[in-house]
Amino acid sequence: MFRQGNKLSTSISRLSTLASRAAGVRAKSTLPSLPYDFGALEPVVNSEIMTLHHGKHHATYVNNLNAALEKMSDAMAKQDYATMIALQGAIQFNGGGHLNHSIFWQNLCPVKDVVAPSEANPELAKAIEGQWGSLDNFKTEFNTKTAAIQGSGWGWLGYNKQSKKLEIATCANQDPLVMKGLVPLLGIDVWEHAYYLQYKNARPEYLKQIWQVVNWKDVAARYEAAKKA
Amino acid sequence: MKIELAPLPYDYTALEPKIGKRTLEIHHDKHHAKYVNVANQMIEGTDMEKDDCATIVMKSHKAGNQGLFNNAAQAWNHDFYWKCMKPGGGGKPTGAIADQINKDFGSYDEFKKQFEVAGNTAFGSGWAWLSWDGSKLVVDKTIGAGNPITDGKKPLLTMDVWEHAYYLDYQNMRATYCTDFLDSLVNWDFVNQNFASAK
Repeated sequence: MFRQGNKLSTSISRLSTLASRAAGVRAKSTLPSLPYDFGALEPVVNSEIMTLHHGKHHATYVNNLNAALEKMSDAMAKQDYATMIALQGAIQFNGGGHLNHSIFWQNLCPVKDVVAPSEANPELAKAIEGQWGSLDNFKTEFNTKTAAIQGSGWGWLGYNKQSKKLEIATCANQDPLVMKGLVPLLGIDVWEHAYYLQYKNARPEYLKQIWQVVNWKDVAARYEAAKKA
Repeated sequence: MKIELAPLPYDYTALEPKIGKRTLEIHHDKHHAKYVNVANQMIEGTDMEKDDCATIVMKSHKAGNQGLFNNAAQAWNHDFYWKCMKPGGGGKPTGAIADQINKDFGSYDEFKKQFEVAGNTAFGSGWAWLSWDGSKLVVDKTIGAGNPITDGKKPLLTMDVWEHAYYLDYQNMRATYCTDFLDSLVNWDFVNQNFASAK
């Protein structure tokens, strides 16, 4: 009952498109550079975590995604549907991991570069206040929901293009926010590898501190883009 | 009865250098303890107050009570996990389980390969299991608090692959942890006891 649902419905057609692009172009995903040094987010996230998180965890998602896409492309060429279906999990996991972390590095910045949402984009600040009453209320709800994720996952501030509203959502494992129909604006990784070396089991403390390095300029840019799209 | 947080079957330093003292202190005294405390709070004043942990796991699963299941099952899983390890453990088993492994997997090496794959491909927080399904041994992986007793299987051996189980000692190297678990930590005596009860 609590097993992950069958993701088949997520779309074979989307995967076919992805695979045929891969088959045709053989484009490889690449690990994006961090926009700052490994030590730049100290004391909130230490350099040991950043080095591992970017250089090992994210790099592994990229490598495994590329390997899965190679296999998918071969399976496409052979019309081997059983293999294509069997590869969905690995593509969802590693593709999601790559997408999520690529956003995450941009969502964060050194303490000295942080500005308040109201300075980054008054529209965004107004939308947050309109939705949650205040920035503090928003952070409290975000942290409560994100801390409560069982196991591994992400907390998100997303944009709902249908309702034109901001929403807080959580995703399990590396499921990308698009699976919940929202545009990702700000994601906070609560896989234990994101904080364990520094915060150990104290996930709520990590969530309390992480706001000191949230790059509201980046969140605002995504918000503007989402509204226009 | 309240779910108990039993002490570790060994010292906090006993599994070094594979699993460190700090890991066992936090894993047992913080993570496991919290699951026990939260589960006990949740069953207080309910008809499950007097049930044992396995019964609470089954009842919460059947009732779709995810919150209680997550905590009770994790309490059960961790209690089982500590007993699945011992200092100077690991390596090839002997006794009835060794014979059954050869019968159902072909060889210990094949079992080891499947068990490691299960641990390495639990895409998130989870567990690898060796269980008895009534007629043969099976290797499974579960996500989160998942546990094969809800499928009617009898667990014989488990390995925790939530990152908190290995991160301080292995960081991102889950594969090395999985191999070390089998090579150096498994308490095959406990597995043989479980197998004897399961059959």
